[in-house]
Amino acid sequence: MNFYRSLLNGAGSPREMTQAVGTHRRDFLRSITGATAGAALFSLAPLRALALPRTRKVVVVTFGGGARDEETFMPEGQENIPHLLNELIPQSTFFTQVVNRGILGHYVATASLATGVYETFNNFAAVPPDNPTVFEYFRRELKRPASDAWVVAPSNGFNRIGESDHRGYGRGLGAGVILPKRLLAAALSSAGEGQYEHLLRDNYETPLYTPELSGNEIELRQMAEILKLSVSDFTAHARSLASPDELSVYIARQLMRQLAPSLLWITLHDIDIAHSGAYSLYIEGIQRSDRLCAEIWNTIQSDPEYAGKTTLFILPDFGRDSDNDAGGNGFQHHRTGDPLSRTTWMMVLGPGIRQNVVIDRAVESVDLVPTLGSVLGFSAQLSHGNPISEVS
Amino acid sequence: MLPAELTPESFASYPPLARQLASSHVSLLQQLPLSFLPLLLREVIAYDWKFPAERRDLDNQFSYLTALSRDQVAQAMAPFARLHVSDDLIRFDWLNSPQQFSEKLTAHLWASHQIDAFRSASIEYISKLNAATPQAAPPTHRLGIAIVGQGVGENKYPLFRKLRPQGVYFTNVQPENGCRILLDTVAARAAAQPLPFGHWYIDGGSNEPIPASVTSVCYTSLTPVRTTLVDKMRRVMQPGGGGPEVLRTMLASMRPEDLGMTGWGDTAVLNRFQISILTEGSGTQLFSTTFVQWSAREVLRRAQPLTLLARFAPRVREQSMRELLAGNRQATTPDPRGSLVDADMGSYYTWINQQRLPGADQARFLVWFEGHREALAIGPNLSRGAVEANPTDLKGIVDRLA
Repeated sequence: MNFYRSLLNGAGSPREMTQAVGTHRRDFLRSITGATAGAALFSLAPLRALALPRTRKVVVVTFGGGARDEETFMPEGQENIPHLLNELIPQSTFFTQVVNRGILGHYVATASLATGVYETFNNFAAVPPDNPTVFEYFRRELKRPASDAWVVAPSNGFNRIGESDHRGYGRGLGAGVILPKRLLAAALSSAGEGQYEHLLRDNYETPLYTPELSGNEIELRQMAEILKLSVSDFTAHARSLASPDELSVYIARQLMRQLAPSLLWITLHDIDIAHSGAYSLYIEGIQRSDRLCAEIWNTIQSDPEYAGKTTLFILPDFGRDSDNDAGGNGFQHHRTGDPLSRTTWMMVLGPGIRQNVVIDRAVESVDLVPTLGSVLGFSAQLSHGNPISEVS
Repeated sequence: MLPAELTPESFASYPPLARQLASSHVSLLQQLPLSFLPLLLREVIAYDWKFPAERRDLDNQFSYLTALSRDQVAQAMAPFARLHVSDDLIRFDWLNSPQQFSEKLTAHLWASHQIDAFRSASIEYISKLNAATPQAAPPTHRLGIAIVGQGVGENKYPLFRKLRPQGVYFTNVQPENGCRILLDTVAARAAAQPLPFGHWYIDGGSNEPIPASVTSVCYTSLTPVRTTLVDKMRRVMQPGGGGPEVLRTMLASMRPEDLGMTGWGDTAVLNRFQISILTEGSGTQLFSTTFVQWSAREVLRRAQPLTLLARFAPRVREQSMRELLAGNRQATTPDPRGSLVDADMGSYYTWINQQRLPGADQARFLVWFEGHREALAIGPNLSRGAVEANPTDLKGIVDRLA
């Protein structure tokens, strides 16, 4: 009876456990940052402390493959996230409980984040979301061109995340999708540099390589035109990087420099090497993601197109299994559906966002899209979530 | 097919012991809902290759269920019966392919937002089962041993941080002949308490000599099997090969003979176990540290041994993107330092998994940094959160654990 015998150790109700997870983060953050409880501020201060700029931009960074509190916010994990703790959290409104009630698979969960609806398609299929994405709401309602919404993502199926197949939205209204690893593989192949199939590995649950995809991601020749980046420069820079996520952030910077999109979505994925069971590699992935988040924020602050008018959202798509749930294997997976694997966090930074504030109340993953709508000025009418008042 | 349509003949394709077990409980099986029954059959169909402890657990479960009246069975199964099962699942051959059914059921429960209800139903059911069929204490205390850090010279990584609150951290252990001392300890326990699959030795490198009374699993000796398996998996995942869904089906139906393993009796049981490690565990095919950790977890969960020694060895180094692009395909370069970190966490998980077994309050655990002076021991006779700097050796620590 392994399938359910192993589930026995889940003490307390899911809601109680979720609250406990959030409480840990709240207490810890307050102890290190002196952060203020958001609820206490509501009655004392206006929601927006600063005048908002007219032209807003949003950058969303998600982690495909969550990091647990033990390796991040708990005392023994602090050493892994110095940038988040010391640089970003003091400038952010931090939500301690972001609950994902959907399927805990990376593509489908990221798609759910992008649509505001818990999508239910096969996580391993290269299919578009069923419901309109944030990019479609943004472009249709605000009449924005295709160049104003972009996704930079790992390869596994994410080529379809920019655009749904919803009848009322869909075709021609979505975001451009860049899959840097696939571009790199194509660049190397076109240069006759042999096979680099390991670069395409992005499902760490098995020692596999991504099958061929057919989607709407940009191709190699388009990259040169859109990013003003030659194939040779691209591959030369890639040779200096340690991981696919570094390549993604490099591409994102090129996008920001050349097109300055108002809605940019970056999905990091290095942490998900945890599925291989190698704890040291999982930790390295966390440390790299921590550094890259700070680099993205610094890029925003130093680019005139973005500085002072950009809101940055950072959140894992979900968590990972706890050590104490016998149905899982600790950090390695996110299969149990236990509260720790469903509960994650979010930090929001930018103009009008109160700094050093911790919000304890639970919000849901599907609340992101309507919140982005409030920030950018569109309605996500088919989303199942609600705008998060503390940052809307 | 619906459960109510089951007959003794329905299990004709099951292996002999499984067929006997299922056929003798048909009237019970007919009462179980489709969100539960195939999961039970998934265990039944593998009965012939299960460890003694697993068979005992399954027998106990049937005893528990058959002792219930029809109304009580319905009551116990009500939370499962309330789950909606799709028509596709009803039509699926869950009788003969319960493993594949469970994969599809899992996906269905997630997609239909019923996974939490299933989880709650499972917890409630197992609580009642455990209360009705308390497991007996083992004939002697359990002993888990982990050896970590093979090949590491100087080390600055703080070891055993998660385990230190549970026991004594020894900082001045004579390392000489340490592996042999621990292997001999396992062998002596196997001789004193001879039980089939009751004493295990798992090695992430090459096995050291040990008596046949200790069940032995070795990463290196499985290299041909691993290579064959990975080749098969890659073929499926190449364009036109079928993709992840086909891969899962292939892995679920993989048999030892498909990978060149043969044998009867206990050998067949062990072969099945090793195949399950390689087909159900993520990363076990590639990283020896993951292989050892997952094997230890599965041994503890399934065989419930009295003694387990898990020796971690260096896994291959994960190459960075720049190294891959530079053409440095040094796939076999070891990573001792990273492996030490992996093994440190792996030893913690091994202790956790041992503590889930009956007799946890009397269980002992020892982890040693191979070739070095650091060790940590946990047992009912030892202090918690203590540090000892006095000179000792592993024999001395083992004696204190006895």
